[in-house]
Amino acid sequence: MIFARLRALLGPAAVDRDPDNVPRVTPASTDAIALVCRLACDEGWKMRVEGLASWLPPDAPADLALSTRALDEIVSVSPADLVATVQAGAPLDAIRRRLAEHGMWLAMDPPGRPDRTLGSVIATGTSGPLRHGFGPVRDQILGCTVVTGDGRIVKPGARVVKNVAGYDLTKLHVGGFGAFGILTEAHLRLRALPRADVTLVSRGSRDALSAAARDLLEARIAPAALELASPELAAESEWVLAARFLGVDAAVQADVRRLPTETDAVWEQLPADRTAGFWALLARGSLGGPITFRLGVLADGLDDALDLLAHDLDAGLIAAGAASGTLRWTGEAPVERLRAVRRAAAAREIPMTLERAPWSVRRALGHFGAYREGLGHLVDRLRDTFDPKQSLRVALEGSEKSEK
Amino acid sequence: MRPALLDALSAIVSPRWVRHGKAELTTYAMDGLPTHESLPGVVVMPANRTEVVAVVRLLQLLQVPFVARGAGTGLSGGAVAGPETVLLTLTRMNRILRVDPAARRAVIQPGVVNARLSEAIAPLGLQYVPDPSSQAACTVGGNVAENAGGPHCLKYGVTTNHIVELEVVLPDASVVRLGSPQGEPWGPDLVGLFVGSEGMFGIATEITVRLEPIPAAVRTLLADFLSVRSASEAVSAIIASGVVPAALEMMDQACVQAVEASIYAAGYPTDAAAVLLAEVDGTPEQVEAEAALVEGVLRSHGARDVRSASSAADRARLWQGRKKAFGAMGRIAPDLAVQDAVVPRSALPDILDRIGEIRRRHGLSISNVFHAGDGNLHPNISFDRRDPALADRVREASKEIMAACVAAGGSITGEHGVGNDKMGYMPWIFDAETLGAMQAVRRVFDPDERCNPGKMLPVRSCREWRATPAVREAAL
Repeated sequence: MIFARLRALLGPAAVDRDPDNVPRVTPASTDAIALVCRLACDEGWKMRVEGLASWLPPDAPADLALSTRALDEIVSVSPADLVATVQAGAPLDAIRRRLAEHGMWLAMDPPGRPDRTLGSVIATGTSGPLRHGFGPVRDQILGCTVVTGDGRIVKPGARVVKNVAGYDLTKLHVGGFGAFGILTEAHLRLRALPRADVTLVSRGSRDALSAAARDLLEARIAPAALELASPELAAESEWVLAARFLGVDAAVQADVRRLPTETDAVWEQLPADRTAGFWALLARGSLGGPITFRLGVLADGLDDALDLLAHDLDAGLIAAGAASGTLRWTGEAPVERLRAVRRAAAAREIPMTLERAPWSVRRALGHFGAYREGLGHLVDRLRDTFDPKQSLRVALEGSEKSEK
Repeated sequence: MRPALLDALSAIVSPRWVRHGKAELTTYAMDGLPTHESLPGVVVMPANRTEVVAVVRLLQLLQVPFVARGAGTGLSGGAVAGPETVLLTLTRMNRILRVDPAARRAVIQPGVVNARLSEAIAPLGLQYVPDPSSQAACTVGGNVAENAGGPHCLKYGVTTNHIVELEVVLPDASVVRLGSPQGEPWGPDLVGLFVGSEGMFGIATEITVRLEPIPAAVRTLLADFLSVRSASEAVSAIIASGVVPAALEMMDQACVQAVEASIYAAGYPTDAAAVLLAEVDGTPEQVEAEAALVEGVLRSHGARDVRSASSAADRARLWQGRKKAFGAMGRIAPDLAVQDAVVPRSALPDILDRIGEIRRRHGLSISNVFHAGDGNLHPNISFDRRDPALADRVREASKEIMAACVAAGGSITGEHGVGNDKMGYMPWIFDAETLGAMQAVRRVFDPDERCNPGKMLPVRSCREWRATPAVREAAL
């Protein structure tokens, strides 16, 4: 019945069934998504949203699946204005290639496959090592188009790099896991391609490298990325600390020369042809297990947070921005263990966000878990505003919510 | 205002910190914008969070609207309150509570003056980057409300990129903490939502800011051009070169002449059509390399002369004209309507031609000073508000300038906010649905709409959103 209704609404070409036999729509426009949402809202159907399905597995129970894959257009690139407008289903590598043709790039290197959709990066708020130098995903998004759970189209922000008109509703959708609507398009802040791009790595014990990272920060050396990777993630026998420098040649060379004098670590400069591969390896590593979460950790708390993970979980793939605020873990663990990690982290004032997991884990834990005092009702009301019939199947709090 | 309310407020903060005489209230009749004026019912000056909570709880019980105010330097009428409204001035809450140099964070009260924060942490080699022109007076609490910018935001971002955690007193007097010092939220990004909400979601009583190292080297370049177009093209070429200058500021001839005729004269060439200030910072090697690159671009785009300064004193001299531009315009006429709009940077030359045309048609004196790197314009109209016909022409010209910027794909404000000044322009850039969403989000934080009422949202243009208080499923 749902299948037939959707075909009547969008035409047969836009509706099929996914491997679980759930009706799946692949609308080709924001308006078409709005039509589907309105119908689902009226009928009380539950929807799950999927892009490439590499980041949020399409396994939530739902009456219909909505894929953004037909929304893969790079709508416009304005190099002189440092702005691009891109649809949510566009793969990142395609965006990158297109921007490079204009001498531009997007200062984002999120974990996962290179062809991850832009929408998944924004919805999960997953920033990568470049967060150190360029800020998190939220700093790269200037505005967006979103379809709410009841089919309204909302367009906060603008196609300019500086703008304070109206509330910054875009922020709600960056890292909102799709709970406040389906992202269909975003305005991105671009940068001119850096002239030099050099990566150095140091290998050693975890604590020695995290100390080296702190020395480097203390010395006011400012790499674009400063990432600590576990041996399993880096496919090495020891931990790896990687520093990436971007900018004009002379400045990058000067930083590279200073590096060994400011830290005790031994640094090796990666040959140019291995640099991209090294960072891609770290990014892909985050798919090396069924579960990925991030902790909010700064340089001071790094050793302690890593101890916590080592204590509570079996080996996982770990990538930590030494000062960027994010530590990411990928691996396999039962819900109870993850809950224990979240509790232990909360006791240290460390937020833990579940980024990627099977539905059973997301449902039990929630992406965010229990909120701080007083915030739960604000989030509930925001969800009621943007998804009044709870058509969007997103587990922000999970069943943990009832515990507190 | 009812005497009972005055008594109750006095009981909370002591009578000394409650102001209600007409002469006293006049101080609070405007913010930095001379075109909107209104006396608040009463001014109350709480000393700490406990007093803010007590005041807000009292106003909640009595259903009285209120407005939070910092130093009152805003430029959108955002901190102006009506006669039935209580104005909470937060300038007594001016303590820097903690500084963590290793984590590069500071925890401060909202009344801390922007420049004071940077002064206080300078001995640690750190700075708070967002530097609005009013930084010597404006408070960080006000910066948070308006998502303030400044010349150095081109490279480092505006206020929202530097705020990681907030303690907020909501309009129902409950206290919540948003965000974390790490910059990772506990849930959706409510810090991002709160910054720039123009005081309509609640009152921030504690703010955790991100600090940046003071760069080891800085160089300021000043170039003058014979046409605004070539100066604008130089700006685009600098950005395209891959260098992100710390600041990239432009002044047109009218602005330069006003500066040079004033006590702030900085030695800018008054026959130039445009003067461009570019600043690069970082390591000495970086500054050396980037300055050379920028200078090359400036010269190849027709700069007549490029002056360069590295010492603090020499740089201050080059900056003086830019920083004091607004003050210098005080010589021209008693009042100054400081405008704020954004266009895609590539549209700058055309929009400046258009502003010139509007200026001539209305017979006004308009000078332009702007953050060229990010397309943020400040056309400033000098006038005398005692001349009503002139004031009308100023309003009309401002509206036409704004319409031209919107038509060029821009926005109605880049850093000053909407307040009560630009409410009427909101439907130009947002459809009824998006405005309705904003109104609905406002009601999440402030269901009674008592918190800075009558600002930003033109209620009649907002499509109605009714958040059905759905019964939430116990388990998904």
